[in-house]
Amino acid sequence: MTDLTRLTAAEIAARIASGEVTAVEVTEAHLARIEAVDEKVHAFLHVDREGALAQARAVDAKRERGAELGPLAGVPLALKDIFTTKGIPTTVGSKILDGWIPPYDATVTQRLRAADVIVLGKTNMDEFAMGSSTENSAFGPTGNPWDLTRVPGGSGGGSSASLASFQAPLAIGTDTGGSIRQPAAVTGTVGVKPTYGGVSRYGMVAFSSSLDQGGPCARTVLDAALLHEVIAGHDPMDSTSIDEPVPAVVEAARSGSVRGMRIGVVKEFAGEGYQAGVMQRFSETVELLRELGAEVEEISCPSFDKALAAYYLIAPSECSSNLARFDAMRYGLRVGDDGTKSAEDVTALTRAEGFGAEVKRRIMLGTYALSSGYYDAYYGSAQKVRTLIKRDFEKAFEQVDVLISPTTPTTAFPIGERADDPMAMYLADLCTIPTNLAGNAAMSLPCGLAPEDGLPVGLQIIAPAMADDRLYKVGAAVEAALIDKWGHPLIEEAPSL
Amino acid sequence: MTVTELVSYEDALATYDPVMGLEVHVELGTKTKMFCGCSTALGAEPNTQTCPTCLGLPGSLPVVNATGVESAIKIGLALNCEIAEWCRFARKNYFYPDMPKNFQTSQYDEPIAFNGYLDVDVDGEVFRVEIERAHMEEDTGKSTHVGGATGRIHGAQHSLLDYNRAGIPLIEIVTKPIVGAGEKAPEVAKAYVTELRELIKSLGVSDARMEMGQMRCDVNLSLRPQGADKFGTRSETKNVNSLRSVERAVRFEVQRHAAVLNDGGTIIQETRHFHEEDGSTTSGRVKEEAEDYRYFPEPDLVPVAPARTWVEELRGGLPELPRVRRNRLREDWGLSRHEMQSVLNAGAIDLITATMDEGAPADQARKWWMGELARRANEDGVELAELPITPAQVARVCALVKEGSLNDKLARQTIEGVLAGEGGPDEVVAERGLKVVSDEGALGTAVDEAIAANAAIADKIRGGKVAAAGALVGAVMKATRGQADAARVRELILEKLGVEG
Repeated sequence: MTDLTRLTAAEIAARIASGEVTAVEVTEAHLARIEAVDEKVHAFLHVDREGALAQARAVDAKRERGAELGPLAGVPLALKDIFTTKGIPTTVGSKILDGWIPPYDATVTQRLRAADVIVLGKTNMDEFAMGSSTENSAFGPTGNPWDLTRVPGGSGGGSSASLASFQAPLAIGTDTGGSIRQPAAVTGTVGVKPTYGGVSRYGMVAFSSSLDQGGPCARTVLDAALLHEVIAGHDPMDSTSIDEPVPAVVEAARSGSVRGMRIGVVKEFAGEGYQAGVMQRFSETVELLRELGAEVEEISCPSFDKALAAYYLIAPSECSSNLARFDAMRYGLRVGDDGTKSAEDVTALTRAEGFGAEVKRRIMLGTYALSSGYYDAYYGSAQKVRTLIKRDFEKAFEQVDVLISPTTPTTAFPIGERADDPMAMYLADLCTIPTNLAGNAAMSLPCGLAPEDGLPVGLQIIAPAMADDRLYKVGAAVEAALIDKWGHPLIEEAPSL
Repeated sequence: MTVTELVSYEDALATYDPVMGLEVHVELGTKTKMFCGCSTALGAEPNTQTCPTCLGLPGSLPVVNATGVESAIKIGLALNCEIAEWCRFARKNYFYPDMPKNFQTSQYDEPIAFNGYLDVDVDGEVFRVEIERAHMEEDTGKSTHVGGATGRIHGAQHSLLDYNRAGIPLIEIVTKPIVGAGEKAPEVAKAYVTELRELIKSLGVSDARMEMGQMRCDVNLSLRPQGADKFGTRSETKNVNSLRSVERAVRFEVQRHAAVLNDGGTIIQETRHFHEEDGSTTSGRVKEEAEDYRYFPEPDLVPVAPARTWVEELRGGLPELPRVRRNRLREDWGLSRHEMQSVLNAGAIDLITATMDEGAPADQARKWWMGELARRANEDGVELAELPITPAQVARVCALVKEGSLNDKLARQTIEGVLAGEGGPDEVVAERGLKVVSDEGALGTAVDEAIAANAAIADKIRGGKVAAAGALVGAVMKATRGQADAARVRELILEKLGVEG
C-alpha cells in the first residue's frame, strides 16, 4: 500500500474525493508518522490527535452523504503555534502564554476548518516569531530533517520541518522578515509570503503588525496554491485586509510557464557572505529560466542594503508595543502573585521570567527607538527607508515581471552556531526582508542541493503586490523543469529518518 | 506636603493673570465600542460586554466604528474646526492594569478635527475659547481598588477590573491656552464646559452626563505676573466632573498658585486630584519629566480619510447650535442675557421649550421651572430634569390656572402633589380638593362677612382708599382657605362698597 504521508496534498484530496482512502486513514497515517519521528524532529508543540480524528470522521461522513468536498478536504495540516485555536493551547513559542487556552479561532483557523482541512496540531517556532532558526522557542529547538544537527530555519521551523519529515503535507507559517521563506529554503520545501493584506491577521498573534503576513507552506507549488486559496481573501475583522478578489494562484500553478516573461536578478543579493554552493545553484536556475524562454536581466535595487537596518528598527518598535499586553493581568503566566507585591511588580517579574532573551532584546530596542528624542532618528528614518525600498520595487517592476534571488545566503547552519551572535542570525533574512517592508509577495522553492554540504538551496521569486499569481506561474515552471532534470522532486532525497 | 495658606482670590488676581487649558473627554453614545462590536450600554454585570478585541487578547485586531468617526466629525464641525482630509490613529504606550493592550489607541499629531473655537456667554458678554483639536480615542477599563485608605492603587489590598468600559469611544477636546479671562477665569471655564455639554447634547452624539462619567474634564492652570508674556508652570487637575467643580477647581488653583508664588516658591508641573467635599486639590503623582508615551501610528488600522462630500453633508445636517438657539429663544422670550444665563445654568431651556410645546405660554413655563421647581431641585440636590414632574404636567397646571380653576397658591399645591407622587395635576386637584371657589353666592356671603367684621377698613375704602381693599381680600381668602379667586374677591368687595376699581 502507498505510504499516504509521501503523497502531495492534491493527491490526498483526489484520493479522498474518489473514495480510494478515507480522511481518517490519511489522518491516522500522519499521526503515526508524527509518533514515529517527531521525538527526533520536534516540529510539533501540541498534537491534537482527538480533534484531528473527529474532523477527519466529519469529512468522511460528508463524503458518504454525497456532499461536495472542497479541494483540500481531508488533507492534514500543521499550524504554526501563532494562530489562535479555540480550546487548543496557543503558545507562540513563549512561556508567557503558559496555560492560555484561546476562546476564539483565528480567521485562518476558521477558514481551514471550513475547508475541511485537518489540523493535526501546532508547530514550534521562535518565540513570538523572532528568530531565524527556531532556537528561540521556549520549548527547545527543532531539527532540520535533512540533518537533525542543523536548524530548520525560523521562525517557522516547526512548520517547514513537519513538511520535510513527511509529518504533514501542508503547513501554515507567518512571515515578518522571512519566517516562511527562509525555513522553506533550508528544508527544501515551498513557502509563500502573500501580499500584505492578502491573508487575514485576525487571531495571528502580532509580532510586527505592519510586516506580519500569514501564508501557505507545502512540498509542491500546486499544494501551496491550493492552500493559498483556502486562507486568503478579505476579512472584515482585519482593517488591513485587502478587499479585492484573491489572485488566481491555483490556475497559475496549474499553468506554469516563463516563456516571454521578463525576470530580474537582484544585483545586490550576491557577494560577500553568500555561500558558493548557494550561488552556484542560483546561477544554474537563472540559466534554466533562460532556457525556458524567459528574458533575464540584472536589476539594481540600491536601497535594499538598508533594509536590514530599517527592519531592525520597525519590527522591534512595533513589537515593543504589541507585546506590552503580556502583563500577567488577564491571561498566561503570572509570577510573584503572593499577596505581598504590587501589580507593577507582578507584571515586571512575569515579563522577566516569561520572555526569552531575543524577545527582551527586541522590546528594548523598540522601546528605545520610539522614545521621544530618538523617534525621528530611528523609527522615522526607518520609515523613510521603507519608502525608498518600495520605490526600488516599483521601478524594478516597470522593467520586469518578477524579481529573483537566493532566498537566504547560506544553507541550514548547525544548531547553536549563531545562537550567541544576533547579527549573524539577522543576516539569514537579508534577501527576504525588503519584501516585508514593501508589502509585496514572494515565494521560496527548492532549486537544488549545495555541492559542499548537500543541503537544500532556495530560489526566491518576488512579485508586485496583488500579483501573487506570478509567483506560482514562475514557481510551477521552475519546479517542473527541475523535476524533469532530476527525475524526481528534490524532497525525495531527504533522509527518511 | 506643606500646607500653604491660600491667597484671597482678589489678591491673587491683583498680582497674577491666569491662563487655562481645558481638556474634556466625551463618551460617545454609539451602540457599539470604538474598535469592536461590543455593547456600550451602562450598568451591565462587570466584564459581560467584552470580546477578544476589547480585552486585548493575543491576535485580536481593531476595526474602526464608522459612527464614532461620524460623531467626531460632527463635533469638530460644530466647534468650527477644520476636518482632516487624512489622519491616522496612534498608539499611546503606557502600562496600567485596566488598559487591556497597555497602549491606548488614540490620535497624536493627526487629529480628526483641529483649529476651531467655541463662543460662550459670560455675564452678558461673549468670550471666544479657541479649540486646539478634537481627537478620537478609546476609553480604558475601570479599576476598583479595594482595601486602601484613598481608593487609589497605592495601598490597596487588591483591585477589581471591569473591562466593559474598555474600548468605549471617546472624543477628547482640547482648548488652546485660554488667556484674557482675568478674574472671570472660573466663570469662563464653567461656561465653556456648560456650552460644550449643550453642544454635544444638541448633536445627539452623547448624553454628556457628567455625573455618569460621560463627560470628564481636566483643568490645566498656570499664573503669570500681570503684564508678563511667558506662561507660568501649569498644574493639571484631573477628573473635575461637575460644572460647579470646574469653577471651584480653577478658583482654588488660582489661589494656591498665587500663594506658592508669593512665598517665592515654584509651581511643580504635576497632576492634582480635585476634592468635591471642600473644593480643594491635592498633589497626585509628580511628573519629574514629561511622560514618554512613545506614540507611533497604529499599524493595525488604515488611515481615516473622510470624503469632502461626506463632511459637507454632515455640516449641512448639523442642528441649530445651542448658543444660536438660545439667542433666538432669549429674544422670543424677552429675557436679558443675564436672565437667559440663569435659565441655561439651571438646565431649564429644554424643559421650558418642552412645556411650551405642550401649550403653556413662555412666561408661565419659565416661571414654574425657574421658580418653584428650581427651588425644589436645589433643595433636593438633583438636576431640574430629574424632578418627578414632566413638562406636560407643568403645562397642564398652567392651563388650569389660565381657565381659572386654580389660583397661584393652589397651583403651587398641585405641583407639590405631583412631586410627592400623588399623580398628575388633575388627580392631585381632585384628591386634594383644590378648586377655586367661584360660587358667587358663597363668595358673596364671605365678602359680606368680611365687610361686617372689618367696618373701619370698609369705611376707608368707601372713602376712596382703594389700596386698603387688600386687607379685606386677605380676610376672604383666609375664610375660604385660599380657594377663592383673589381677583374676583377684590372686584366683589369694591362692587359691594360702591367704589370704582
